[in-house]
Amino acid sequence: MAATDVVVDVRDTWMSFAGNRPGEPIHVLERIGFQVRHGEFVCIVGPSGCGKSTLLNVLGGFIEETRGSVLVEGAPVKGPDPGRIFVFQENGVFPWLTVEQNVGFGLWQRPAAERAERVAHYVRMVGLNGFERAYPRELSGGMRQRVEIARALAAEARMLFMDEPFGALDFLTRLKMRADLVRIWQAERKTILFVTHDIEEAVQLADRVLVMTRRPATIQAEVTVDLPRPRDLDARGYLDCRDRIFALMGMDAHQSGVVVSR
Amino acid sequence: MSEQQPGKTAWFDWRAVALPAATAVVLLAAWHFGVVASGSDLFPKPHEVLAGIVELLQRGLLLKYVVASLFRVTWGFGLAVLIGVPLGLLLGWFRPAFLAINPLIQALRPISPIAWIPVAILWFGIADTAPVFLIFLASVFPITTSSMAAVQNMQLVYLRAAQNFGVRGLPLFRRVIFPAALPQILTGLRIALGVAWLVVVAAEMIAVNSGLGYLIIDARNAGKRYDLVVAGMVMIGLIGLVLDGLVRRLERCDEVRWGHGRN
Ligand SMILES: Nc1ncnc2c1ncn2[C@@H]1O[C@H](COP(=O)(O)OP(=O)(O)OP(=O)(O)O)[C@@H](O)[C@H]1O
Ligand SMILES: [Mg+2]
Repeated sequence: MAATDVVVDVRDTWMSFAGNRPGEPIHVLERIGFQVRHGEFVCIVGPSGCGKSTLLNVLGGFIEETRGSVLVEGAPVKGPDPGRIFVFQENGVFPWLTVEQNVGFGLWQRPAAERAERVAHYVRMVGLNGFERAYPRELSGGMRQRVEIARALAAEARMLFMDEPFGALDFLTRLKMRADLVRIWQAERKTILFVTHDIEEAVQLADRVLVMTRRPATIQAEVTVDLPRPRDLDARGYLDCRDRIFALMGMDAHQSGVVVSR
Repeated sequence: MSEQQPGKTAWFDWRAVALPAATAVVLLAAWHFGVVASGSDLFPKPHEVLAGIVELLQRGLLLKYVVASLFRVTWGFGLAVLIGVPLGLLLGWFRPAFLAINPLIQALRPISPIAWIPVAILWFGIADTAPVFLIFLASVFPITTSSMAAVQNMQLVYLRAAQNFGVRGLPLFRRVIFPAALPQILTGLRIALGVAWLVVVAAEMIAVNSGLGYLIIDARNAGKRYDLVVAGMVMIGLIGLVLDGLVRRLERCDEVRWGHGRN
């Protein structure tokens, strides 16, 4: 991979939290190393509690690694950056603002007309038209999640860090949001790092899937998903990729009944 | 919205009027017959208290004293809000400031405002300043403490989201920290206003010669007019109820409703 278009470069990175007892830190990440190229769509999968959010938070600049080197867009991460927008696992929509105020939150430096136009566009994209003036407490969990996604997209950042963004959505909405996200990604050539625990989702979306181990987590494998888009969920290549990741995570997709054989 | 029961979203709930009215009728009857049964000729019956209130109205004292008490509360409480809220936000945000000043606040807070009365008289004499100072003291600590705790308890994800969008400095306070803290600040204001209203009456009994507190102590000292004593108490209770209702109304605004439970 050409060194120039690498936008995320993580080398031998470790992360531990101070535990409840002194001298017994909680080791979360060990020897993490990977790279992401500009415009790439990378998914991160791994068991619950292994450290996916922690890794993403280090990349986003919200917490600092204990040891290692984390370069994003060529520089060590110093803190959050408006060019790299996060979608938080625990919903980060502001409850004191309406839907449209939330979606326009990152656009305060733009002229009012442009802001209104952009807000309307992304509100429509996530299917919340008619709820522009609603407050988050009047929305369902899935609708709130869509507000946050719209807020992240409206900012037109160069990179998106998404932490299980579709977790609270119903099946059909999730399919639509995946398609929309891929469309936006293709049109605007963003770099996306996307955490999910849904292996099917990862294989449908990603150019490459990073598979993490249990805590203390390291990256045990990188699975390249070299399949044309839109992806055919019955194609041999798709099923092979999926089954490989299931196997890496210690499950046989067919025997454990996680997926129905087609 | 749709999750709530229809009866609770109606703009007018007749039970909210009928049930407390029923309670009042029962209590007034118990009061009346209790006094009759005890044979006391000093303690007034409800209708005598009502007559006392009418008498105070006719003599022009009621309005004058109510205005005097409210005036002192407005100043003392207003100053406490103006100083307590910004101070609390700063202490909640800047840890060194918290470490430096919080112990002082927590040591001053448990001192009853009543204990400050002699000091207030020494410093300010028998003037409006003394009760205003006492009300300020009584309300500034709960306001500061609740504003401070509101910032400290703020959900980390709001802060992170705001920082992610490049919001820093004063705009961060205005757009995120203050609105995130507002529900808990309002709860603190409601508690502080209740305390302020308690303290103004106590201060007026000692430090000045007007106001509802003065009315009570004066009616007792000049002729054992217990009908006027109780009339004063009733007015204090009613005004306290109205003040609390006003702050509760604020808590139902869209910007803060999210922070107040299931409503
Ligand atoms: N601030 C913290 N202090 C102490 N321990 C923490 C902290 N944040 C996370 N951890 C621990 O680090 C581990 C990884 O947490 P993390 O949230 O990254 O998991 P995750 O992979 O995102 O899980 P999930 O899929 O359930 O979201 C957990 O065991 C958690 O208890
Ligand atoms: Mg997580």
